Order: sequence, then structure tokens, then C-alpha cells
Amino acid sequence: MLLKNLTDLNGVSGNEDKVREFIKEQITPYADEITVDTLGNIIAFKKGTGKSDLRIGFCAHMDEVGGIVSKITDDGFIKFKPVGGIDDRILLSKRVVIGDNKIPGVIGIKAIHLQEDDERKKIVKQKSMYIDIGAKDKEEAETVVALGDYIAFDSEYMEMGEGKIKAKALDDRVGCAILIEAMKHTYENDMYFCFSTREEIGIRGAGVIAYRLQLDVAFMVEGTIEAHLPFVKDYDCPTFMGRGPAVFHIDGGSISNKKLINYICGLAEENGVSYQHRQSGAGGNDARAFTANGGSCATAVVAVPCRYIHSPVSMIDESDYKATAELVRLMAENSYKLGGIL
Amino acid sequence: MELLRKLTQNFGPSGCETALHDIIKAEVENYVDEVYSDVLGNLIAHKKGNGKKVMVCAHADEIGIMVKSIDDKGYIHFTNIGGLGTFTSIYQRVQFANGTVGVVSYEVKDGGAKNLKFDDLYIDIGASSKEEAEKLVSVGDQAMFLGDFAETGENVISKAMDDRAGVYVMIEALKMMKDCPNDLYYVFTSQEEVGLRGAKGAAFDIAPEYALAIDVTDTGDTPGCSRMAVKLGDGACIKVLDSSIICSKAIRDLLTDLSEEKGIKVQYEVLKAGGTDAGAIFATKSGALTGGVSIPTRYIHTPSEMVNKFDLKECIRLVAAFSEHNMEDVK
Repeated sequence: MLLKNLTDLNGVSGNEDKVREFIKEQITPYADEITVDTLGNIIAFKKGTGKSDLRIGFCAHMDEVGGIVSKITDDGFIKFKPVGGIDDRILLSKRVVIGDNKIPGVIGIKAIHLQEDDERKKIVKQKSMYIDIGAKDKEEAETVVALGDYIAFDSEYMEMGEGKIKAKALDDRVGCAILIEAMKHTYENDMYFCFSTREEIGIRGAGVIAYRLQLDVAFMVEGTIEAHLPFVKDYDCPTFMGRGPAVFHIDGGSISNKKLINYICGLAEENGVSYQHRQSGAGGNDARAFTANGGSCATAVVAVPCRYIHSPVSMIDESDYKATAELVRLMAENSYKLGGIL
Repeated sequence: MELLRKLTQNFGPSGCETALHDIIKAEVENYVDEVYSDVLGNLIAHKKGNGKKVMVCAHADEIGIMVKSIDDKGYIHFTNIGGLGTFTSIYQRVQFANGTVGVVSYEVKDGGAKNLKFDDLYIDIGASSKEEAEKLVSVGDQAMFLGDFAETGENVISKAMDDRAGVYVMIEALKMMKDCPNDLYYVFTSQEEVGLRGAKGAAFDIAPEYALAIDVTDTGDTPGCSRMAVKLGDGACIKVLDSSIICSKAIRDLLTDLSEEKGIKVQYEVLKAGGTDAGAIFATKSGALTGGVSIPTRYIHTPSEMVNKFDLKECIRLVAAFSEHNMEDVK
């Protein structure tokens, strides 16, 4: 239940400690060297069995979207700021937990009965929302919550339907889980497995990894937008659940290296792993940092389609998770060939 | 103008710059010690010297589109590569690397052609089904906008003047140069249009102490345009500021001195909207003294970008003079 363990941990950007400790524990038997840098990134080195022409790495981010306490009102309500990109509309009436002691709270709004007609038609802005922890006043609230405490969605891992998984933070704990699994195998080429911090607030942790490692090739393993939903036309749908790993061509921060795309798709085809091309240029990920911060580095991104991403009810198909893990293993296993391909 | 025609008409949206490497390499290889490319798609021409490390660059990529999906009827849905407007894209022709040509049109919405998003646009390549379209085009394929090369008086019009005109200026400057005391890197960068990405990687690897980016810039001399003190035909632009950089004063002053010394006509460029590779190089590693020489250009990011022959000539002379200048005294 690696994925359950990972998604049930809270690790809002900048506060990835719990996730980091868990991952470190999981990978210690399989790594030759583990470094945690000052931004909290994990860089795990795995020595290859053969010779290595290229410096190759994989990266998944540990952090998740959430919030941070910005004010406690005299009445004991908690005002907050979002951390990472969250749609205001998904916040209302959600359960959250605050701080290391996981103080429970709910995001509140005044009852429908009290709203004027035009209020009912408007989307409530995050700025006017608050968290109710059941405190009677500021003094009581301050005994359990402090300014700067992190806020995470309270949403447990759940299996549903035919092989579907609902959880928070699937973006990108699913990538973390896949990298942990990948580390259990041996590879010919030396390999860096990186677990980055602060991706959701501007690709910050990975920038430091890229500078430190100066890789020739960097693969991102992500959770990405899925929208196979009513009223979305097939050709506007970035990815489809159940069709396997999505291979990126472009996103807001990178254009994947075309030779790497062919390498990945070729491996999928030769080994009977179903995959899909991501039909969108939206979103960004750690690839941007690797092309920018460590000299010329070829990047590519594979991802598990993730419905309702950046919400507490994100959903993936277990078959996509397994197929992506298989593809990532193949990408690492055959990576000794990349010297001749790039 | 034949070289400029060849450069501008060639295929090369961001990420596909290698399509230009053969042309550029053939032009520059006799004038430098080595020519090589990196995984980001930068092409680097190195003229070895014992002096300071200098990087001069122009980006080889152009704006374009990328196929996002193909629908059942064979229409292509796409995303923009670089700063495109929906308004300037409609009814233009695009061409893929394999020669396939299509027309950009849009789904009619309330409000007509106003407020269109790229999701509302599609490309018609004349295929009647998804299967037929997929024989010609795949998801992830890129296309350039078509825009013929034409000379009109002292001006030249083409697609992709941004920034093949800069590439052209660098090639001609290299040919014009005589002795060069600097350790000189002429870099034809990749992926500028999507966020100055190639230059960043190249600057990291080369780690220059001095840098100059050659790119196009807007003009303020057309009816109803926003105010800007740059005119087509008034000479090479010495970059002062754009949205990616405030240029190093040392480089600005050097360019001014060189223009006076050599009698090169120059104007000063303050560009409010738009960045260049200069910004990326300036802030990479521990930084470099960085400036820019810009080519006044009308109608940037359309298939009809217009430059002036005299301006090109002055830019070539200024870039050559900069490259030849011994940087030891520039601080």
C-alpha cells in the first residue's frame, strides 16, 4: 500500500518533511548514497552495473497543494492563503487539517438562507473564506493553531469502482511511488532518483537539483490533467484514464526532447505497454528547471492521468499507475543506450 | 539577400531548430575552429582565442504551432508555440516538416471572431477522416506559418525574420571579422520563443564574461502604433532595456563608442513588451556583462515581418566591431 501511505501523508509545498522521512526510509536499502539538500530535496544515487556515458536522472515532486494560516480572527476563525494552484470553487465545505497535530477544521461560508439572490449566483472568492476549527475565540484558537501553520486537505485514500483510486496529493505522490518502485531494480547506467520540493509554487526545489547534478538527461514522472468528462470533447481532452502513461510533447515550461519521446514510445510499443500522447500544452512541471539550471539537459515527461487534480478528490486508474511504473522501469533499464540515441 | 531568404523560409519552430543546423553550419564552418550542437538544439560556433570569453547569440527558432489532437473528421487542434495571437493566426497557412500544408480557421461562437482562444481554432489539412489525417500528421508534430520572402524597395518582408534576421547578421558579421582577440562563441540558440530556454543552457555551459544578443525589436513608426523611439531604416538598435533585462552600461557604452569610431548609424531601443536571450544569459551562473543589438522590425510575430536592408548592414558592422573588440578593457 505504498500509494496509500504516500497520499495519506501531508506535505504541502515547503513542508514536505513527513513525506521525505517516509521516502528516505523506503529507498535506503536500494540507494548507494542519499543526499538531502538545504531545500529538502532528496537525491538518491544508484550505482550502475556497467559503465555510464551519460548522467541520467528521474524526478518526481513530493509536495502537494494546500494552504497556510495567515490570520486568526478575534472570533477564532482561521484565515488562510492557498499554496499552489487551487480553484476557489473546490474549497467550500471541505475538511482540512492544520499543522503537525492535524487540528481538524472545515472551510465555511454563511448559510444559503442568509444569502441575497445575487450572492447565490457568484463564486465565493478564496479571500473571503475561513476555516472553522470550533474555537470560541482567538485565544482558544491560538492554543492549537499558529500563523504559518500548514493546511492540508483531509481526504483519505480510497479504492472505488473498477480499479480506481481516490486520494489527495496523487499529484505527485504517484510519481514518488513509481520512483520508489523503480529503485528496487538494478540498472546498467548510474542513476539519480530525485524527489523534489516546492514544485507547486514555481518549480523551486528542482532548480537546485538541476544545478547540483548537471544531468545530460532528466525524466519527470508526474500526475497530469485528465478530463474525459461530460461536455469535454475528445479532442480537447489532455489525457484519458485507463489508456496508460501519458507522454508529453509540450507543456507550459518545456518542450520534450524529440529523441527522448521516440525512445519512450518505442520502449512502450516493443514491450506491449499501452500509452497515450498528452493532448495539451497546459500546466508546468520540474522539466522547466532541468532545461534552465544545469547546462544543456534533454528532458521528457511521462505521467499518470489524474482526474480532479489539485483537489482533495483526485482520481487515478490503478492500471495507469502500474503501466507507468513499468514504462519508467523500462526507461531506466534501457537508458545505457541513450548515449547512442541523443 | 539569398541567404536571408533561405534562412527565413526554412522550417524551425521552437524545439525543431536542428532543421536549420546544416544551413548555418555550411555558412560558418570556414570562419571558426569548431561547430557543434547540444541536446537543447543550440548550434555553437567557436572561434578560439586567448582573450576573454564572449558569447554572441541569435535564436534560430521561430513561432509556430503544435498538434494537440486530431478529431474524428480529420481536423487538427493545436496549441501555440511562442507568443501568437488568435487574431493573427486565422486564415493563415501553416506547413509541417513533411511539407503538409493546412489553413487555420475557427469554430464560430457567439461574438464571432472576437475573444477567440486557441481551443476554438483548428487546422484544416484537407483530410476527410482521422485516419487520413494521421497518415500526414501526428500529435506532437509542429508547423510553421507560411509567409513568402519579398523585397519591396529597401525593405524585406518574410515570415521568421524573428530571428533569422539575427542569425543572418551573425553569419555576415563572422565573415566580415578580421582579427579576434577574444575567445568567441557564436551561438544559434533554441527555444527562445517559449521562454529563452536554449540560451540559458548554452550560457551555463559556456559561462561567458561578456554577451550580446541579436534579435528583432519593435518600431514606433507605423500609424497608430504605441510610442517607441525606433524607426525602420534609421540604423542598428543598441538595446537599453526590454522586459528581460536592463543592459549592462559597459556594453551599451562600448557599442556607442564603436558606432562613433566606425561611423555606424545607431538608435537606442527601449522595448517595453518582449524579452530576449540577453535576459537569460545575464542571469545565468554568476552573470555576464550583457547587451543587445536589435534589428528594427515591423509586424513581429506575424507571417509578414518587415526589416530594412540598411539596418541589417549597420547591425552586421556593429556586431563584427563588437566581436573584434578586445574585451580586456571593458568593465
